[in-house]
Amino acid sequence: MMQTNRAVYRRFKNRIVLGMMALAVIVCLIPLAALMTTLLSNGLGSLSWSFLRQRTEEGAGVGNAILGSFLILLAAAVFAVPLGLALGIYLTQRGTTRLASASRLLLDVLSGIPAIIVGVFIYTIVVRKSGFSLHVGFSTLAGALALSIIMLPIFARATEEALKAIPKTVDEAGLGLGLPRRTVVLRILIRAASPSILTGLFLALARVAGEAAPLLFTTDKSEYWPSHGVKDLATLKPLTEPISSLPMVVFNYTTSPKPELNAQAWGAALLLVIMVLTIRLSTKAYTAWRYGGKDGHV
Amino acid sequence: MKSPLVEEEEPGTVPDVRPVPPKPTMMAMSKPLPVPAQRTAAPVEQAPARIAVRNLEAGYGNHKVLKSINMDVPPRSVTAIMGPSGCGKSTFIRCINRLHEETHGAWSRGEVILDGQDLFHPSIDPVDMRRKIGMVFQRPNPFPTFTIYENVAAGLRLNGFRRGAKLDERVEKSLRRAALWDEVKDRLHTAGTGLSGGQQQRLCIARAIAVEPEILLADEPASALDPVATERIEELLLNLKQDYTILLVTHNIQQAARVADRTAFFLLGDLIEYGPTNDLFTKPKDSRTDAFISGRFG
Ligand SMILES: Nc1ncnc2c1ncn2[C@@H]1O[C@H](COP(=O)(O)OP(=O)(O)OP(=O)(O)O)[C@@H](O)[C@H]1O
Ligand SMILES: [Mg+2]
Repeated sequence: MMQTNRAVYRRFKNRIVLGMMALAVIVCLIPLAALMTTLLSNGLGSLSWSFLRQRTEEGAGVGNAILGSFLILLAAAVFAVPLGLALGIYLTQRGTTRLASASRLLLDVLSGIPAIIVGVFIYTIVVRKSGFSLHVGFSTLAGALALSIIMLPIFARATEEALKAIPKTVDEAGLGLGLPRRTVVLRILIRAASPSILTGLFLALARVAGEAAPLLFTTDKSEYWPSHGVKDLATLKPLTEPISSLPMVVFNYTTSPKPELNAQAWGAALLLVIMVLTIRLSTKAYTAWRYGGKDGHV
Repeated sequence: MKSPLVEEEEPGTVPDVRPVPPKPTMMAMSKPLPVPAQRTAAPVEQAPARIAVRNLEAGYGNHKVLKSINMDVPPRSVTAIMGPSGCGKSTFIRCINRLHEETHGAWSRGEVILDGQDLFHPSIDPVDMRRKIGMVFQRPNPFPTFTIYENVAAGLRLNGFRRGAKLDERVEKSLRRAALWDEVKDRLHTAGTGLSGGQQQRLCIARAIAVEPEILLADEPASALDPVATERIEELLLNLKQDYTILLVTHNIQQAARVADRTAFFLLGDLIEYGPTNDLFTKPKDSRTDAFISGRFG
């Protein structure tokens, strides 16, 4: 009798705790759902084929801003990926050295620096056409540098964690085959960690994709297409010119006195969220397809 | 505590036992080593030693794990290393391919002589040396995100072996020898981590023998497996010993009795007894060996 009573009581307690957790989940979901519905109800109205295709000139569309956003992110990844990989590898291979601890501290500090400060910093040493600066002017390059600085701590630490999560025995298996340490790290460990590294990269990209503050001081805005085809892009000239981007459109249009531009700001905001979601979901789908699936998990 | 056989036969002369002047390379495998017969650790039945361990001491930091081990391993045979948990079996075989030194804080002294060459000699590149000494680990450790095919091919590919029919052949041959081919031939290009534990361990054996080493170190390769999988691995070892010199670490007394030509019994970092498996099991010289094989401790 005692036994059953206690079992009933225990089951009762379990139910209560589970119920409370479910409640907490719902509370968390409310703001998220509210945000998405506001975004959809306000933004869907301005979405149209011409909105996606036309340039920002006279508020016709945001085509150049979409392309601009992708180009800035691509260029930022080009800067951040090799650096972040190198840092992540260093932190795992020489993790106990003083330089490694110093870099970890530095990365932590860096990740705490507000994005706007990074923008001002790049403005001062890259954009500005006077004083101690590279005199590049408002440009894709400057924007990408700013974003890559924000990405770096996220991506480097993600790489470090991804590599650390690979069991030591995998390392030893590689060495045991008579492979030099660099081959084991670069060809086996990096690859073994690549699903998590990729996830880290796309988290970092998603994190900076919506930043307007650093772009305010580095890319400015533009009413033109960032480049006239691949040939033009190959000359790298577009990299040194101002460029339009979705966060900047959202920023400029929201503060605009014109109501039709305010409406477009919602459209651009919705696109931005869709873009970030697409990035996330496609990485998930890719890693699941490439490394997961029926016959194996990673 | 002075029971390693070497010392019983020639007390105090162990350092002189170094069999031959070092050969310039480790390539000339076929020539037997001229070991002074009266001084070898294993006087009976003897082909000369393939691996000669002399005064090997090893440990981690100030914890000394191995206390002056002396042991001769004949070619084309299975030699079992037996002993209770924590007695230094893994440490011992990890010294033989110098994987031990890759662990942080690990150290070793003494000599491991392979075909007349001291593997600890400064002129020996551990990376080259490990190509000749394959290793199978206590727990299966296939490379994550690598397919079955890529796992087996990894040692060859990353050492510069080209893709193509020849590589396919080597992969198939290795998988056949590891008794895994029939189970995986239709799913070579799926993840290696998607196999069962026993299949993964055979995959790791295939990976180790694909680079055609001459020595195979197996650290409790069947400790995580069921009796059927264990039996297959034992059959495989018996099969492989026609070409390989195999060192097999095992907890399992019956396993040593089933597959080993010679057996060594370790206790607390000492080599207590070493000789033909049959002798060791039927008429152990040391009371501690007797106690261990009759299951009275360990
Ligand atoms: N990385 C390490 N750092 C410090 N001490 C270690 C390390 N690895 C092993 N040891 C110690 O060395 C001793 C021998 O360990 P080893 O792994 O060689 O034992 P073993 O005979 O293989 O045991 P088992 O049968 O459980 O695998 C143990 O006391 C262990 O605690
Ligand atoms: Mg062990």
